[in-house]
Amino acid sequence: MPLPPQHYLNNGYGVKSWLLTRDHKRIALLYLAAVTFFFFIGGAFAVVIRLELATPAGDLVSDETYNKLFTMHGVMMVFFFLIPVIPAVLGNFLVPLMIGAKDLAFPKLNLASWYIYMLGGLFTLYALVTGGVDTGWTFYTPFSTVSSTTKVIPTALGIFITGFSSILTGLNFIVTIHRMRAPGMRWFRMPLFLWSMYATSLIFVLGTPVIAITVLLIAAERVFQFGFFDPARGGDPVLFQHLFWFYSHPAVYIMLLPSMRIVSEIVAAFCRKQVFGYEFVAFSSLAIAVLGFLVWGHHMFIAGESVYAALIFSILSFLVAIPSAVKVFNWTATMYKGSISWDTPMLYAIGFIGLFTVGGLTGLFLAAVGLDVHVTDTYFIIAHFHYIMVGGTIMGYLGGLHYWWPKISGRQYNEALAKLSAGIIFVGFNLTFFPQFVLGYLGMPRRYHAYPPEFQVLNVLSSAGASILGVGYLIPMVYLMWSLRYGKVAGSNPWGATGLEWTTTSPPPTDNFTQTPIVTQEPYVYPRVEGRVA
Amino acid sequence: MPELAHHNPALAHQFENLAQQKEASTLGMWVFLVTEILFFGGLFATYCVYRHLYAAAFTAARRELIVWAGTINTAVLITSSLTMALAVRAAQTGERRLLMTLLAATMALGCVFLGIKAFEYYSEYIVHHVPGPGFQFEAEHYRHAQLFFSLYFMMTGLHAIHMIIGLAVMAVMWWLSYRGIITAEYYNPVEVSGLYWHFVDIVWIFLFPLLYLIGRHAH
Repeated sequence: MPLPPQHYLNNGYGVKSWLLTRDHKRIALLYLAAVTFFFFIGGAFAVVIRLELATPAGDLVSDETYNKLFTMHGVMMVFFFLIPVIPAVLGNFLVPLMIGAKDLAFPKLNLASWYIYMLGGLFTLYALVTGGVDTGWTFYTPFSTVSSTTKVIPTALGIFITGFSSILTGLNFIVTIHRMRAPGMRWFRMPLFLWSMYATSLIFVLGTPVIAITVLLIAAERVFQFGFFDPARGGDPVLFQHLFWFYSHPAVYIMLLPSMRIVSEIVAAFCRKQVFGYEFVAFSSLAIAVLGFLVWGHHMFIAGESVYAALIFSILSFLVAIPSAVKVFNWTATMYKGSISWDTPMLYAIGFIGLFTVGGLTGLFLAAVGLDVHVTDTYFIIAHFHYIMVGGTIMGYLGGLHYWWPKISGRQYNEALAKLSAGIIFVGFNLTFFPQFVLGYLGMPRRYHAYPPEFQVLNVLSSAGASILGVGYLIPMVYLMWSLRYGKVAGSNPWGATGLEWTTTSPPPTDNFTQTPIVTQEPYVYPRVEGRVA
Repeated sequence: MPELAHHNPALAHQFENLAQQKEASTLGMWVFLVTEILFFGGLFATYCVYRHLYAAAFTAARRELIVWAGTINTAVLITSSLTMALAVRAAQTGERRLLMTLLAATMALGCVFLGIKAFEYYSEYIVHHVPGPGFQFEAEHYRHAQLFFSLYFMMTGLHAIHMIIGLAVMAVMWWLSYRGIITAEYYNPVEVSGLYWHFVDIVWIFLFPLLYLIGRHAH
C-alpha cells in the first residue's frame, strides 16, 4: 500500500516551504521540533540535578550553580514544554481535522505564534548561556527583584513573550471551534479532545495575561526601581504570589486537561466502546477550568494567609477532586466489558490513569491545610507535581503522539520497541518519583544540593530511576524518526477509530478533506462487539 | 457553490464565505479584548490593594497630578471614539473619502492625547515625582507615594503603549482605505480595529477616576 500521491508533507520542499507555511499541520510539526528541543534541554538540567543528589555532600556543583540548575529546569519544562506541548503540537494538528475544517481560523496568526514562541525561547536561552537565573521558576519576590544578581530580566521577558504565543493559540482555537465546525458537527458531537482544547484555550486566554503583567511588573521593578513587591519601598511580596499563582495554578490544568482527553480518545478507540457519560466528561473539563481559577491560594498556606482564606481555598481545592474523579471513573467504566487491545497508545493511557490517580490523591493531602504545612517545600510537593505534570501530561502526550503518529507521518512505528519504551518510562518514572514522596514526608526540603546521609538510599533510587526514564524518552525519538522513512505505510485508519481525522488520508492533504465532511452522528460510535462477556 | 461565482479577493481560503470570515475575525477580537481586560486587571487589582492599604498616602500623591490635563485628555479620547464609530459607519456604507477623513481625525486626536500625556510626564519629571533614587515627596508619605507614582507610570505608560499600537493600526486602516481594499462588502478590518480603539478608550475611562479623581475631596 503506497502513501497517497498528494499530501501536506510533499506539498513543497525546502526550508522556506516550512518556515513560511500557514498549514496548521506543518506548524504543528514546527512546534514538535521546538518543544522536543526544549524538553531535552530541560531534561539535561534534571540529569545534573539527579547526579548531584546521588551523594549527600554537595560535591558535584556549587550551591549557586545548583540553584540555577533547578530554576532553568523548571523554567524550560514548565513554560517551554509542558504548557505548549499538547495544544501547540497535537492541538494544532488535530483541531481543524477533528471539526472538519480546512485550517484554523487565523493561519497567519498561528504561524506568528510559533515565531513568538521561538523568540521567547531565544530570550530564555540567552539568559541561560550568559549565566542563568537562580530564583526558582516561581520568581518569588523580593529575592527576584532586589537580591538576585542573575539574568532575571531576560528570563522574565522570555516568559512574557512566550505567553503571547499561548494567548494567540488559545484565541485561534476558541474562534475555530466556534465558527469553523463542519455541517452537522454540533457541540455535543465534538470529540472530547476538542472540549479539552476549548477549556484549555479559555485558561490560556484568561490566565496568561495575568502572568504577563506580573512578570512585566518584576521587570519594571528591576529596571525602573518601582517598588511594587519590595517591602522596603512599601510593596507587598505576598501580592506577587497571589498574581503569580492566579495564572500558574490554572496552568497545571493547561498541562493536564488536554492529556486527559487524549486518554479518553485512546480508551474509546482501543476498547471499541462509546465513552461512558460523554456529557459529564465534556462538562468536567469546563468545571476543572473554572474551579482551577479559584484555588490559587493553596500555594500560599504558609505565606501569611488568613485562616478563613486558607479554609476557603482548602475547600475549593478539594472540590477539584470531583470533576477529576468523574474522569477516572469514566475511563474505567468505558473499559468495563470493552474489547481491549493492548497497543502502545493504550499502554500509555493506562499508565496515565495510574499515575494521575496517585498524583491526584496526593493533591488531596496538599489541599488539607494541616498536612500541607507539614510537607510544604519538601520533596513531597516535588513528587506530587511531577506525578501530575510528568506522569500526567507527558504520558498523555506520548500516548497521543503514538496514537496519531500514523496520521501525522502516514507510517507506523515499530510496535515492539514502542511497547518496550512505554514500559521503561512507566518503571523509570515510578522509581524516580515515588521515593521522593517518602523523602518529603521524612522531611527532606526541596532546592538544596546537600542532604543528611540517612536520605541517601532513597535519593540513589530516585537518581537510578531518572536514568532509566531518560533512556525511555530517548528510544521513541529514535524509532519515530526511523519510521518517517522506513515505517510500514499505515493507511487512513490503522486503528479502526471513529472521528473525522481518520476519514481522510494519512498524511492528510493540505486542505485536510477533498470535500467538506458532513457529520450525522455522535462521536465514538463503535459497533457492538458480540460474544464478549467480562 | 454560489460564493465561487462572486469570489471576493479578500476571502481567505480557510473560510466558506465572507460572512463566516467576518464572524470569525470579530469573535477573535473580542477574545483578544478579554485577554487585555485580564492584563490590565492584574494592574487594577494591584492598585486597589495598595490604595486600600495606604489610602492617606495615595490621596496626598493624587493631589500632585494635573487634573485639568487628565480631564482634557478624557474629552479628547471620548471624541476620538466618536470619530472611530463614525468611521466604521462610513466603511459600512462604502464612503471612502469620509472614511479616510474620519480615520485621520481619530489618529489626530490620539496624537493630541499622547502629546498632553507627554506634557504631564515632563511636569512630573521636573518636580521629581518619577520613582527611583531621585524621588522627592513629603517625608510622611514618602514610601507609599512612591508606590502610587510607580503604579501611575506603569498604568498610564501601558495605556500609552496601547494607544501607540492603536495609532499604527489606524494608519494601516487608512492605507487599506486609500488603496480601495476596504469596501462596503469587506469592511470588517475597520470594525475590528474600532473595537480595539474603543477598548483602549474604555481603559482610560477607568484609569482617569482611579488615578485623578478618587479622594479629591478628602482632607
